[in-house]
Amino acid sequence: MNNFNGIYNFVSGPLVWLAFIIFIGGSIYRIRNLIVLVNKKERYIYTYMSLKYSLRSIMHWIIPFATVNWRKRPLMTITTFIFHAGLVIMPFFVSAHVVMFHNAWGFSWPSLPESFTDTVTLLVIICSIIFLIRRLVLREVKFLTDASDFGVLLITAAPFITGFLAYHNVGSYHFWVILHILSGEIMLVAIPFTKLSHMLYAVFTRAYIGSEFGKVRHARDW
Amino acid sequence: MALPYIEYEKNIIDQGLETGTERLTKERIAKVVDKVIGGETGARLKAYVDTCVHCGLCSDACHMYLSTKRDPKLTPSAKVKRTMSVILAKKGNVSPAFIKKASEIASTECNLCKRCVQYCPFGIDIAYVMSVVRRICHLCGVTPLYIQDTAHSHSVTQNQMWVKEDEWIDTLQWQEEDSREEIPDCRIPLDKEGADFMYSVIGPEPKFLAQLLYQTAIIFNAAGLNWTMPSFPGWDNSDMAMFTGDSEIMGRNKRFHYEAAQRLKVKKIVMGECGHAFRAAYDMGNRWVSWAMPPVPMVHAIEFYYDLLKSGKIKVKEKYKKSVTLHDPCNTIRGRGLHEKARYVINELCENFIEMHPNREHNYCCNAGGGVINCGPPFKKKRVSTNRIKAQQCADTGAEILITPCHNCHSGMEDIIGDYGVDMHVKFINDIMYEVMEKPGLE
Ligand code: SF4
Ligand code: SF4
Ligand code: SF4
Repeated sequence: MNNFNGIYNFVSGPLVWLAFIIFIGGSIYRIRNLIVLVNKKERYIYTYMSLKYSLRSIMHWIIPFATVNWRKRPLMTITTFIFHAGLVIMPFFVSAHVVMFHNAWGFSWPSLPESFTDTVTLLVIICSIIFLIRRLVLREVKFLTDASDFGVLLITAAPFITGFLAYHNVGSYHFWVILHILSGEIMLVAIPFTKLSHMLYAVFTRAYIGSEFGKVRHARDW
Repeated sequence: MALPYIEYEKNIIDQGLETGTERLTKERIAKVVDKVIGGETGARLKAYVDTCVHCGLCSDACHMYLSTKRDPKLTPSAKVKRTMSVILAKKGNVSPAFIKKASEIASTECNLCKRCVQYCPFGIDIAYVMSVVRRICHLCGVTPLYIQDTAHSHSVTQNQMWVKEDEWIDTLQWQEEDSREEIPDCRIPLDKEGADFMYSVIGPEPKFLAQLLYQTAIIFNAAGLNWTMPSFPGWDNSDMAMFTGDSEIMGRNKRFHYEAAQRLKVKKIVMGECGHAFRAAYDMGNRWVSWAMPPVPMVHAIEFYYDLLKSGKIKVKEKYKKSVTLHDPCNTIRGRGLHEKARYVINELCENFIEMHPNREHNYCCNAGGGVINCGPPFKKKRVSTNRIKAQQCADTGAEILITPCHNCHSGMEDIIGDYGVDMHVKFINDIMYEVMEKPGLE
């Protein structure tokens, strides 16, 4: 037990800090690099940028079924949106997270009912399995898939799988909680330095192409 | 009726690719990659390559993938994986044989049509990445023979088809003479300073399609327009150098084109029914010479015909009877949003217009564009085989006439409907307008 406590304190203390520092620092670094590169070599991009068309493009793509391709692939669309919404929003509203935050900082916000977050967790896991099956079964996706794509999928699914097992007390609760925290930290650290960086760049690529399509091409990009 | 799948030979020999590869060394490749990746490209390439999550959602955008029983090698992202991803991962340390294959992929397996941009959640521009691959291959001296010949022609004669200056002028005068048999005072005014607009065409028009110049003269005269064409280089608005990756020549072509207009002191340029020429002048070439937008106002024929009909300068005598459908050329539709104007024009001219599906910005490319048709006979079978879906789309309309307001599309569609046995004829808007309009000067 003592052993567990030591590890627990470490992963839920200093490591959290470290993970956040790397995540935030790394993200700033990656975005800064991109902007520096634009300034250095492709300044002309600014000539074609438009806030209106950037937002038009982004809005279409972040709303389920608002684009032709989202409508053409309902299963993939539902999977993608549940997966990403779960990934981005859930961590803030799981009651255990809110409680931990309250213990550390002395303030908190309402959390979502446990039965709800438990269901969403399960859904995210199912979505990950669908993604995995796509990569293994669909020829066109299989052809594109590198080993690292599986790695990235595992990194994102891991916090949900471990969280789910911990919540349901499968085997040792402490074991899963520690893995849960650890996998969350790995994911944070991985965001700026793997393909997960699409989280950082998506808004820029979308805004740019949305501007080109809106301002220059006068055509829809969805 | 489902059309058949046509198989094609996978190992195509192209003399340009062969010879270029023989001369190529690994040192030169490394130097070129360093120049292009290190020097010319920047944030866009990086963001695109880093952001692609290999989800394959862009697959269904590509007519080539859809036409080949879903060949996984032909999805948009797969084309990047087979070319640019390797070049970047190996930091340019790739073999001449690799460059040869990359050149074939970039020049004949992608039309740069940008349909995939509309299907990728991140808006990754595969066409741009393929253009960069072409640029690398060009600087390595490995480009398909036929298209390279046209780029050479641009470089020597400032037009695509080795048309000599006197041939050009002769052709115009010959067409003018012929047109006078129909309308006695019909003119093709050369070098008329201060005219309202300069009309520019692509090199193949005087070479193979002089009839179009004739019809255009009749249309413009009937509308009573104050126009001109240059007798000197700059008359050709086409640009195959843009497609071989020869940006320097592309930029020069654009200077000739726009400077001709400035020399003639015209208010604007009107260009004929060509898609890629429009792209070169409106989007690509102008940027290479640092003109954010065209330095002289420039409109495509579709837009100009729209104005002529809308303002009543051209009146329709009797609408075209046969059923027609429209192929939306990527470069003027996805590239300039002229789809509604094209529909207005066609509905004004024709009685029975049938849409093909998908249409407008979501049209399938003809598979001729992006210089693919200009890679010539060695790749013809491949080009037809990898666009069964377009033939199917046309066949499904049941229309008798297929209107394609773009030269590349026009030739490409003729090949496709021919080889798949679709019973249709391909026409330009110009052909139909000429046929159905009122001709005031006519005796
Ligand atoms: S041909 Fe068009 S859809 Fe296919 S990869 Fe190239 S740009 Fe994308
Ligand atoms: S280009 Fe876009 S749609 Fe295609 S695989 Fe990459 S991320 Fe997915
Ligand atoms: S040739 Fe026509 S359809 Fe094909 S890319 Fe060009 S404009 Fe598009």
